[in-house]
Amino acid sequence: MRHRAIHALFALAVLMAGTAGASGKASTADHSKFEALAGPFDSGPAVTRACLKCHTEASHQIMQTRHWTWDYANPATGQRLGKKTMVNAFCIGDQSNEPFCQSCHIGYGWKDKHFDFSDANKVDCLACHNTGEYTKPFGFAGNPVTVRSEYPPGSGKFVEPIDLAKIAQAVGPTRRDNCGACHYNGGGGDGVKHGDLDSSLNTATHELDVHMDKDGLNFSCSDCHVSDQHAVAGSRIAMTAADPHPALLRGEKSERNPAACQACHGDKPHKENLLAAERLNAHTDTLACQTCHIPAFARGGVSTKMAWDWSQAGQLSAEGKPFQKKDEHGHVIYDSKKGAFVHGQNVTPAYQWFDGRVTYTLQDDTIDPTTRVPINVFHGAPGAPDARIWPVKVFHGRQPYDTERKTLLVPNVAVPGDTSFWYNFDWPKALAAGADATGAPFSGKYDFVDTQMLWPITHMVAPKEKAVACHECHADGGRLAGIEGVYIPGRDRSPWLDRLGWLAALAALLGVSLHAIARILTHLRKED
Amino acid sequence: MSHTTPMTRIYVFKRYERFWHWSQAVLVILMLVTGFEIHGSYHNLGFERAVRLHTLSAWTLLALWAFTIFWQFTTGEWRQYIPTASKLVAMARYYMFGIFVGAPHPYHKTALKKHNPLQRLAYLVLLALVSPIIWGSGLLYLFYAYWGGLGLDRWLSLEQVATVHTAGAFMMLVFVIAHVYLTTTGHTVFAHIKAMITGWDEVEEDLRATPEKTH
Repeated sequence: MRHRAIHALFALAVLMAGTAGASGKASTADHSKFEALAGPFDSGPAVTRACLKCHTEASHQIMQTRHWTWDYANPATGQRLGKKTMVNAFCIGDQSNEPFCQSCHIGYGWKDKHFDFSDANKVDCLACHNTGEYTKPFGFAGNPVTVRSEYPPGSGKFVEPIDLAKIAQAVGPTRRDNCGACHYNGGGGDGVKHGDLDSSLNTATHELDVHMDKDGLNFSCSDCHVSDQHAVAGSRIAMTAADPHPALLRGEKSERNPAACQACHGDKPHKENLLAAERLNAHTDTLACQTCHIPAFARGGVSTKMAWDWSQAGQLSAEGKPFQKKDEHGHVIYDSKKGAFVHGQNVTPAYQWFDGRVTYTLQDDTIDPTTRVPINVFHGAPGAPDARIWPVKVFHGRQPYDTERKTLLVPNVAVPGDTSFWYNFDWPKALAAGADATGAPFSGKYDFVDTQMLWPITHMVAPKEKAVACHECHADGGRLAGIEGVYIPGRDRSPWLDRLGWLAALAALLGVSLHAIARILTHLRKED
Repeated sequence: MSHTTPMTRIYVFKRYERFWHWSQAVLVILMLVTGFEIHGSYHNLGFERAVRLHTLSAWTLLALWAFTIFWQFTTGEWRQYIPTASKLVAMARYYMFGIFVGAPHPYHKTALKKHNPLQRLAYLVLLALVSPIIWGSGLLYLFYAYWGGLGLDRWLSLEQVATVHTAGAFMMLVFVIAHVYLTTTGHTVFAHIKAMITGWDEVEEDLRATPEKTH
């Protein structure tokens, strides 16, 4: 009897260990047994056709989302956003570079503006549901390679094919590496853009992220970024900056963002000694959870880019070849194709008030090149009830703009060809081709302008013992040195009261000292 | 400081009173030290520990006061703090002039009237002005998390409360400086401190026989 119980426990432990990695739930279907997935498949859409035989609504569901459209009208600001048209301070823009950039589109074959967004078979199910070995190499417009192909054409470099049937038979719920394939690698490499998202999270330690800890909770992205009908919760361009509500109960009907910390933890999560009178919980009226609980970003050993200067791109070696320079850690600090970089690890965030509204400088917006141009602005009035102090990564760019029209420019860089900067290092051609693809006018005159881009810091949640300590803000020159709209004991004080108070204390000391001296002197005189 | 007058010992400070005084002294000094660190005047224990210690001291002092108020009323000792104008000027004159020339102390301490008129006035100011400033602002400060629920956030800002609290702290600091110095003005430098430790004070004998009437 006792033996049987031990065996049952052991079996349970094995079962739990076996299912931990991905989403913690085993599927009721073994896709390797499905005839429709027997293959072989000669293209991505062929796989999708098979998927849709059972998952009849999947494509239509995801086609409503930004993962498919790369297009988004921000209801709060009315701005037309989405990766399709937005300009950033890293690789700048998608248009004219689609065959390269669309490796990160969840579709097949978006190589220019003529892509058919209504074709359900073009949805790439495998991008998010593969369990390994699936790749969408740069240059193939989001298509996987099923036949050995030379890329760039004539380069003598070949991309090896992958077996789509094998990959399709092994599909499962989304895992960290699925999301990470694109969300870690934005800006052209691991950890480049966000700072709080990089491949170190795939095998996160407790120290790096308490939720993703591979030996602990081992969350997948979707444990917080809960999806319904393929719509994934959470967005950096329409953020939940404050969520002053208790934790959601399982099954509770709610419009709240399940990816916000408060969805699980509530907005008063600290269990404190009664005598402390809810001191820590009072902080949640002014601070985002992330402000204390993510003391630094890029903590997993992968560096993030802090600055990128495109104006230095295009220098060639004596032989006329592009080259790279690396720092002592092996990080590329110069690349002829891209310019100069500054990397950062264990970076202390900057802090600012943020109410979730973000506006972007878009391609047709007029800029002021005499100052650093904000690619995006996080809004929020100091002390406003709907705003919180948030940690952000402040990224500095230097990128091309039209000196006559005073607009940012999107260069054609990544697609092999005469106009592409990476292949001919000719800015006027690259900028003209980019302008042509975006439909924006280009005067032909260009220069480079300093820009800034903000990234909210919200991943890489440290263990509570490693949270930002009180004195890091409650002090002169602390983390929140420049933050207005909040009185911070230890940082703020009335200078006139201090002067008056210390003067009074000094006067008292001086008074009693003189009194004491007088007593001693008169006493001595009497003794005489 | 007349050396000719025979001295006798009287029991002035009872055991609870001495316990109250010294634990209060420790707590007040602790709160001054930690409070000014929280204020940002210097770095010593670290902000977090200073806050924790400051809060703990506050709660301890509140508990001590709960007992002390009970003690004051049950023993009737509270009457010791009723202010009097009689000899107030004489006391001030003594500290300003008389003390230097060895003039006799104008007030004669008894077990029933242990505080001189200046002391009574100082303690009254402490009790009626400084304490309410410190405790009023301090408790508001401590219970900041509950302002929203009580609707106080419409009327108060943390800055105002912190400023008032700091002002109270400076007043307390000035009091402590003066108070500590005045302990040295007994018939010997350490006589008052000794009395507060042992409870026994030495007073001039003949005057004890004819206790003075203040009213």
